[in-house]
Amino acid sequence: MALATAVVVAAGFWTASPAETQSARPARIAGKPNMNGIWQALNTANYNIVSHPAKAALAFRPGPVVPVPAASVVAFGAVGAVPAGVGIVEGDEIPYLPEARKKQQENEANWLDRDPEIKCYLPGVPRANYMAMPFQILHSDKAVFLAYEYAGAVRNILLKDPGPAPVDSWMGQSVGAWEGDTFVVTATGFNDQSWFDRAGNHHSDKLKVVERYTMQGSDHMWYEATIEDPLTFSKPWKMRFPLYRHINPDARLNQFKCVEFVEELMYGKFRKTPVQ
Amino acid sequence: MKRTVIGFALAALAASTLAAQTPARTAQPSAGLRTPDGKPDLQGTWTNATITPLQRPPTVKNLVLSEAEAARMEGAVVERRDRLNRPSDPNRPAPPQGGDGSTGAAGNVGGYNNFWLDPGERVAVVDGQRRSSLIIDPPDGRIPARTPEFLARQKERAKQTTGRGQYDHPEYRPLAERCLLSFGPTTPLIPNYFYNNNLQIVQTLDHVMILMEMVHDARIVRIGGKHVPKHIRPWMGDSIGHWEGDTLVVDTTNFPPLQNFQGSSENLHVVERFRRVDANTINYRFTVNDPTTFTAPFTGEIPFRAMDELIYEYACHEGNYALANVLSGARNEEKRLGTKQEK
Repeated sequence: MALATAVVVAAGFWTASPAETQSARPARIAGKPNMNGIWQALNTANYNIVSHPAKAALAFRPGPVVPVPAASVVAFGAVGAVPAGVGIVEGDEIPYLPEARKKQQENEANWLDRDPEIKCYLPGVPRANYMAMPFQILHSDKAVFLAYEYAGAVRNILLKDPGPAPVDSWMGQSVGAWEGDTFVVTATGFNDQSWFDRAGNHHSDKLKVVERYTMQGSDHMWYEATIEDPLTFSKPWKMRFPLYRHINPDARLNQFKCVEFVEELMYGKFRKTPVQ
Repeated sequence: MKRTVIGFALAALAASTLAAQTPARTAQPSAGLRTPDGKPDLQGTWTNATITPLQRPPTVKNLVLSEAEAARMEGAVVERRDRLNRPSDPNRPAPPQGGDGSTGAAGNVGGYNNFWLDPGERVAVVDGQRRSSLIIDPPDGRIPARTPEFLARQKERAKQTTGRGQYDHPEYRPLAERCLLSFGPTTPLIPNYFYNNNLQIVQTLDHVMILMEMVHDARIVRIGGKHVPKHIRPWMGDSIGHWEGDTLVVDTTNFPPLQNFQGSSENLHVVERFRRVDANTINYRFTVNDPTTFTAPFTGEIPFRAMDELIYEYACHEGNYALANVLSGARNEEKRLGTKQEK
């Protein structure tokens, strides 16, 4: 019975033409490739932007033979394990300055206390683009706007440079311009609070990210980011990965307002009656 | 076109009671205010700040204010602002212990002073009419009476959220204090009469995105399609839009029970109508219906005025020291009074 249903559903998908499944997409908007849609990276970079093997957990404690999952995460079992992944960093190495490398290692060892993602803080750039949740690009003749599912983060890409950001922020200030068919976004004005991944890779408030969004047909694009931060890295470095468009007819950006989800973690100890 | 609008406004002023029931229709947006696919262009940054209250004060009879009445209201706001903006007396004493008895974020022991606030300085002008209330229907400009169901709900909720008990758990604190949503309603887009009443609209062929500065909340309206299943209740609800001629009509349902607008329930249904009327204005009309809360639907209108300023990040949760301090303060107070935190 279940099998029969699956076959019928599958048949429905196969017979629907692209025009029937999503509203017609013009190939170009104001002469530039149409970037509208819901996009997602298909990688494990949010765990670690450099190549990494699978491991049992995100946090460990010393064990009798090998380190074992930290007490606070052991209940997750296989669900709390980290999948292996191919890095997205060019050359697979981040050119940290010595002090900054030490800080990354400390961050990784103290991940549970330090990763801003755990507290549902805004993800920063470029991390927002490769979290395991999609984001929507709203691209019109007048605007390019990125709305992220994670934490409801947003970026309005300014198409006219207003000059340096007047204040530091989590998502920074983004200024975009087309170079041929590549949309180039220069993002600055960051605070030093966001991370690149769950492995403690970090930056200072001198971070500058130059992103290149290059459409490859209607359903995928290359994303490339050049990272500069003279307080953290000895030289600029690059990351690169494809972004895929959700093509199912019901695709929509869902809501992951995790502020509510972390209230017990952050404020549970202040309840009149703490939950046992 | 401008002349047509003014001409209509004068006529409407003479028949304000009628206008309250049948709001004016204005001319079509000109070619420059349309998107490439011919729809009215709603894009840009806008403010819905105004000093016109949601509900008409009982002492005011008409929806439409005279020029002199509006000037008086605006003059009073400017006078108050200028008075509050004067430098503070460096020799002033500390506020009295426990606060000065006033309420709200700007009162009590002194939260924000006027420097930080931006509640608006102008009365709402819709189709040339200076308005005494945002609500235009019912004609008295007031929210219709609440239902007995609402009163029962309110009583239940009051048990948790009034008196000392309101500090027992983070879930009892207001959504804005928890940084879940703005101080004001997000659907419909009513100003909060406090600050940051700014929004940005981006419009594509199949979506209209409405970003509210607080709390960086992007409501993404799908053009066409069906609402999400009933058990999915996003903050701000689920919005579906369609075009009726030159008006964008947005239908929002699936509200979570906690996001109550004027005490509404999860049955809240909001229909919004966006009309671009000139280079600087969107006329925004909202109808609120919730038969389990209000004995009748009600409708209001708000002008969105174009801004030439950018909207910056309102990162609320990341700097939310208040919620922890409010709760831990209550625990300390209990300790002081001898009612220890229950273990």
